[in-house]
Amino acid sequence: MSDVSQPAAHPPVTDWVNDFDHTDPQWTDDPFPIWEELRAASPVVHTERFLGCYMPTTYQAVREIANNTEHFSSRRIIVRDVRSEVARNAAPPITSDPPVHKPAKQLLLPPFTPDAMKKLEPRMRAICNELIDGFIADGKVDAAARYSKYIPVRAIAHMLGIPERDSDLFINWIHMILELGIKDETKLLEAVHEMSDYFRTHIEERRSRPTEDLISYLMNAKDKEGQPLEESHVLGSLRLLLIAGIDTTWSAIGSSLWHLARTPADRERLISEPELIPTAVEELLRAYSPVTMAREVVKETTISGCPVKAGNMVLLSFPAANRDPKMFPDADKVVIDRQENRHAAFGLGIHRCVGSNLARMEMQVALEEWLKRIPDFRLDPAGTVTWSQGTVRGPRQLPFLLGKAM
Amino acid sequence: MTERPRVHIDPDKCQGHARCKALAPELFELDEYGNAREAGDGLVPPGLEDKAWLAKSNCPEIAIDVIEE
Ligand code: SF4
Repeated sequence: MSDVSQPAAHPPVTDWVNDFDHTDPQWTDDPFPIWEELRAASPVVHTERFLGCYMPTTYQAVREIANNTEHFSSRRIIVRDVRSEVARNAAPPITSDPPVHKPAKQLLLPPFTPDAMKKLEPRMRAICNELIDGFIADGKVDAAARYSKYIPVRAIAHMLGIPERDSDLFINWIHMILELGIKDETKLLEAVHEMSDYFRTHIEERRSRPTEDLISYLMNAKDKEGQPLEESHVLGSLRLLLIAGIDTTWSAIGSSLWHLARTPADRERLISEPELIPTAVEELLRAYSPVTMAREVVKETTISGCPVKAGNMVLLSFPAANRDPKMFPDADKVVIDRQENRHAAFGLGIHRCVGSNLARMEMQVALEEWLKRIPDFRLDPAGTVTWSQGTVRGPRQLPFLLGKAM
Repeated sequence: MTERPRVHIDPDKCQGHARCKALAPELFELDEYGNAREAGDGLVPPGLEDKAWLAKSNCPEIAIDVIEE
C-alpha cells in the first residue's frame, strides 16, 4: 500500500519570510515558531514557490480573505506545484463561488445539523470501543494508526452508505490527493478517477435498490429549478464528503490525544470533570487546527494594508489565525477551560465546514471513550511521532504506552 | 418596561457554526440548515445573561449581539 510513501522534496527553506514552504519538513514538524516569525514580519507574506503564493498570518487578515469572495476564488482550494485546468463540479460547494455556491451548500447542510449528529452518536461510541478492544490488552499502541484514523472514516462511510471495511482504500486515496498530489499531478488524478468510479458503481446499484444514505440523498436532491442534480455534481459532492470527512478529524483527534499524552494535568482534569470535554475540544481545535484551505486571487486588492496580485494562490491558514496573540490571550498555551474562543478551525464565511457538527461530535466521543477506558497513557520514548504534510496537519504515527508508568 | 438584555443574530452573517446553540440552548434555535435564530422574542431570562455573553464571544462570524435596553 502506498500509504507510507512520502511526497517528493522541495529545496529546503532558508528564508521563511520571503520563501516559505508549507511542505518543508521543518514546517511539518513544528510550524508554530515559523508562523510567529512570519506574523512578526507582515500580516501577509509571499513566496515564489507554488507558482506564487500569499499567506495571511493574522486572524484579521484571514477573516478579510475568507469573507471576500469577489477577489478570492474557491475554484482552487489546495496549494499545489501545478495549476491544472479547473474542473467543473470538482467538489461542490467547497470549490464553488457565489452565486452557485449557496444552493449547493444548502443541499448538504440538513444531514449535518447537530440534531442529525446526535442520532449518529451511539454508532460512534460503538466504533470507538471496538477499536479500543483491539489494542487495550497490548499495553502499547500507535494511537493514530489504530484509533484516530478509523473513527472519522468509518463515520463518513456509515453516512454515505459505503462499506466501512473499505476504509483503507479511502484513506489511501486521501493520502494521494492531499499529500502526494501537492507535487505529483498523476497521483492526484489517479485517486480522483478511482474514487469517481467507486461512487459510480454505488450510484448504479442504488438505481434499482434505493437506500437511506447520503448517496441516495444526493441522487434524489433537486436543484433550485426542481431538476435532479447533474451526475458530475453528485459525484463531486460525494468526493468532497469523503475527502473532507477523513483525515481532518483523524488529525484533530490525534493531536488532542498527543496533547493529553504529554499533559497529565489536563488529562486528569478531563477525567474528573468530563463535562469540560466540549470546552476542551474547542481549545484543542483552536490550538491544533488541522485544516488550511486555499484561495486563488482573481482580482488585485489589498489585505491588511498589503497589496495582493491576481494569479497567486493564498494559503488560507486557519491554524495560524488561531495562534494570533492579538485575538487570543496566551495564544500559544492550551487552556482547556478557555471561555472566549472564537476560533476559526472550521473556516469562516460561506465556506464554513459542512461537517463541523460531525467533527465536534466525533472528537468529543473519541476523547470521552478513550479517557473512560485508558485514563493513563504517555508517549512511547522508543517510538517517533510523525506528522502529515500539506493541507491537513495531524499525527500519522502516535506511539503510546498505556497504563501507569512503572 | 424592560431592563433585560436581548440577543440578536444577524442572519446575513450567521454561517451555522451552531456555537450559540451549544453554549446557550435556551436562547437560540437552529433551522433545518443549522442556521441560528433567537428563541422566542430574544429576551434573555434572568440568570441566563452570562450564557448570552458567552455565546456572543464564541460566535466565529461575530453574528450575535447582546443588546442592553
Ligand atoms: S454561533 Fe454564530 S454563526 Fe454559529 S449558528 Fe450561532 S449565530 Fe450563527
